[in-house]
Amino acid sequence: MILETLSTLFLVLGAFFSFTGVIGLFKFPDFFTRVHAASVTDSIATILIIFGLILRTDFGLVAVKLLFILIFMLLTSPTASHALAKSARHGGLLTLAETRAPKKEDND
Amino acid sequence: MAEFIDLVLLGMLAITALRVIFLKDLFAVVMLFGIYSFLSALIFVNLDAVDVAFTEASVGAGISTVLMLGTLALTGRKEKTSNHPALLPLLVVGVTGAALIYGSLDMPPFGDPNNPAHQHVAPRYIEDSPQEIGLPNMVTSVLASYRAFDTLGETAVVFAAAIGVLSLLGLPKRDRQAIESGLKSHLVLRVVAKLIIPLTILFALYVQFHGDYGPGGGFQAGVIAAAAIILYALVLGLPMATHVVQPALLKTLAALGVLIYAGTGVANFFLGGNFLDYNMLASDPVAGQHIGIILIELGVGITVFAAMLSIFYAFAGQAERTNIQ
Repeated sequence: MILETLSTLFLVLGAFFSFTGVIGLFKFPDFFTRVHAASVTDSIATILIIFGLILRTDFGLVAVKLLFILIFMLLTSPTASHALAKSARHGGLLTLAETRAPKKEDND
Repeated sequence: MAEFIDLVLLGMLAITALRVIFLKDLFAVVMLFGIYSFLSALIFVNLDAVDVAFTEASVGAGISTVLMLGTLALTGRKEKTSNHPALLPLLVVGVTGAALIYGSLDMPPFGDPNNPAHQHVAPRYIEDSPQEIGLPNMVTSVLASYRAFDTLGETAVVFAAAIGVLSLLGLPKRDRQAIESGLKSHLVLRVVAKLIIPLTILFALYVQFHGDYGPGGGFQAGVIAAAAIILYALVLGLPMATHVVQPALLKTLAALGVLIYAGTGVANFFLGGNFLDYNMLASDPVAGQHIGIILIELGVGITVFAAMLSIFYAFAGQAERTNIQ
């Protein structure tokens, strides 16, 4: 009973964070803030949802598999966001602040 | 509830398909194709077809996306705009669509247990496969034993596709000079990739040999193993990857897989049984079935791995050559 309530709490929180991530993805002004919104969703929402699901199993093989999925997601999704942002930077994309700021003369 | 989820997923599928049609940016189209495959995989899961969903997710969303991106690297990412009106194609599509919808009116009701598809051979598979084959995963029994001839055809198709691509594009040469040209600066990517790649290969082996007991099998395992090497090639550069898994080896492996598959069938043939009927491979028919299924799944896995990886090599090598020129 307590486990089920906890798990529901985790799942609802996870859904909430996914939702905020989606809102951020649509509302934020430029590419980098959007990547930030998406990656925050990836990390916190996955942790919450998978923990919520683990609490609903009978802590056998399924829980271990879910734990593996969690570890995999925690490793890969920040890396994917990193690669995305880095390649955008490499391709010459500027942040919103940089495009708004008056262009500095070659100081780098 | 399940029907509601189905409806939502099908609606999202339709929206994705429409977006694919109207977008001109091919890079976004490839990404949408990946989303489309994942949505189909979800629908398959909802229909309790986990094996199909697994294949769709690994082949449709995973490796096809990589191969299409490899093609885009050669062709450019913008669709050509055509100015002439497309009335005739519209007419053809309209008529075909109307005929298909008309045909679907005669289809039996969705999910009815009395449908012909559930009455033909399915009861026999469900009732007799525990005694005849004895695998917990009935999908593998059907795929690898009852319908082994179909699966042999599928493996041959994968093999033929690899031959087709290789004869058009050719494999990259092993080049000892170029080995240093990896992306040395991407520290985070390199560290994480080194962590992930062994785990991916381990997972591929698990999927390969656990296919008898759960969802999985040669097709998925081959694709996952190929994905691990493709990740290696993306992070450390193609020359490095061709140094590790050599193109010449891939050619041999692709043929070897089909040979193992067909050889298992022929071996049983010579032991006095039928082609691809594994009962004679051991003294006990059920044990024979198990040996046969493991062997042909291995053949499928090897061929799929080699075919997918050599197709990727061919595309990536071609792209690298055009970059240099």
